Amino acid sequence: MPSYAYRHYPYHRPAELDGKGGRRPVVIVGAGLAGPTLALALARRGVPSVVLDEDDTVSLGSRSICQAKHSLETWDRFGVAGRMVEKGITWEQGELYLHDKPVFRFNLQPEPGHKFPAFVNLQQYYVEEYLFERCLAEPMIEMRFRNKVVGVTPGPDGVTVEIETPDGRYTLDADWLVACDGVRSTVRHLLDLPYPGEVFHDRFLISDIRLLSELPKERRFWFYPPFHPTNSVLLHRQADNVLRVDFQLGPDADPEEEKKPENIDRRLRQMFGPEARWEHEWTSVYTFTCRMMERFVHDRVVFAGDAAHVVSPFGARGGNAAIADVDNLAWKLAMVLARTAPVSLLDSYCSERRAAAQENILNSTRSTDFITPKFAASRVFRDATLSLARDFPFARALINSGRLSVPTAQPGSPLDTPDGDADWLRGPGPGRAMLDAPVGRDGSGWLIDRLGPGFALLTFGDTDVPIGDLPSGVICVRIAGDGLARQRYDGRPGTTYLVRPDRYVAARWRRFDAAAIAAAIRRATGNG
Amino acid sequence: MADITTGALRRTLNLARPDDVYNAIVDAHRDLSDEQCRAFDARLILLLANHVGDEAVLREALRAARETMEEA
Repeated sequence: MPSYAYRHYPYHRPAELDGKGGRRPVVIVGAGLAGPTLALALARRGVPSVVLDEDDTVSLGSRSICQAKHSLETWDRFGVAGRMVEKGITWEQGELYLHDKPVFRFNLQPEPGHKFPAFVNLQQYYVEEYLFERCLAEPMIEMRFRNKVVGVTPGPDGVTVEIETPDGRYTLDADWLVACDGVRSTVRHLLDLPYPGEVFHDRFLISDIRLLSELPKERRFWFYPPFHPTNSVLLHRQADNVLRVDFQLGPDADPEEEKKPENIDRRLRQMFGPEARWEHEWTSVYTFTCRMMERFVHDRVVFAGDAAHVVSPFGARGGNAAIADVDNLAWKLAMVLARTAPVSLLDSYCSERRAAAQENILNSTRSTDFITPKFAASRVFRDATLSLARDFPFARALINSGRLSVPTAQPGSPLDTPDGDADWLRGPGPGRAMLDAPVGRDGSGWLIDRLGPGFALLTFGDTDVPIGDLPSGVICVRIAGDGLARQRYDGRPGTTYLVRPDRYVAARWRRFDAAAIAAAIRRATGNG
Repeated sequence: MADITTGALRRTLNLARPDDVYNAIVDAHRDLSDEQCRAFDARLILLLANHVGDEAVLREALRAARETMEEA
């Protein structure tokens, strides 16, 4: 018996089939990780949306299991991250093995003082279930299951979408269409847009099993283990005592042969020993590609997540980048719809998230090349690095079994105001993600909880600054005392950070200067 | 990418006893198969690269090694 029971979400006959309904500001294609997150982020800013999905249930298989800190922080704004942490497996440490011996351990979040851990492992179907439930309870979001997009007609200031349902076809007019419909994006195909990139040939076998004995909580990665001596193996724990075992099979493996239960069981038996007992949950043999669209915005059609860029799974950069995409997009789209920012603000969605995708692809390709070397000398250096690692600490840093997802930097974004002061010792500069820290009188609150859906100013010092009139929607958070927040931001009396709605730093100053702040906000909203 | 034309790489002698060092390197490969030589050299390069630590020097050395090969 699988540990997860798939529910089917209700289909309702769309009002358009009876001649009702009307033009929508935003139609989202795809109810995976990105689509519902975007719908919730828009609803938080007063923008209603329709989410279309051809299916009526959550992800088949555990798929994207490593939910990174920055994704959890995004979901926390809708009140669903607590549930994910509670259900999932929190991990920050990992161990790397060569043959049968541990080589080194790593800790992804070596310092305390963050509301969320570096990673929570939770099967994608649970994450989607919690997001769907939250969306279904939100009056501004209409979830339309079993609504399959079959046509997209771009217009000068909107898009017409043709949709097939069990009751027939209808059309929906939207100001904006956002395609969050995955690597095989229907919208991308319908618009005949290219998806250039690199294809990798190594095959991998994912086996999710419920192991009926004690489980490790950390991430474990083996090069050449005794139970799979020719290749690598990755082990991850998930909720419900489910383990993911990811075997590298090489380019010549036969997927049908490898998927046979007796062949999987033979590998697992060697791995877990004669006493272990397990049940199978899900099996998949995969290869992967690294691809990226040339533009993520095509007039009124926007692409996000795997529909716009895709990487190898090493580093948990697929699902987490998709969440960062829609976090970046939601506030910009809301401002454009409210006519408080020009349409050109969305150019920065494309440039910032393409830069992030490029960074993710670079990291992912380097990890892939280390795990599956493409030519003889590459393998020689990989093996030399592994064999040096136990005795020479420097070599451990070179071992690349996946550089795990952290918020990507957005250097040189046209929305950022470069530093004018030169005396910053640390702290996130313009184009960097803000850092969480404990705040409040007894340090029991979190900085991320103080921020709202708009721009925020963080000011440091024990006395109020004369903030004067802030532009509408901008809040000011004063951080007093000498706590971790002050250290992390190099905060001195008067230090002021401007944080964007997606929690990236747009500008910072050593003194509070209302005119400079107003100019930076204009620049960060495309009104500069 | 770091500038690889900075002249960071030393091109004049930096060894007090050049014959001894040269022969030590060659002798360390004695009795190794071609395959073992590659594995040995990879270890040696990684150890020395970390010790040098200067990316500009390393990039210039990589380029110099490759260019002199093409000339040969």
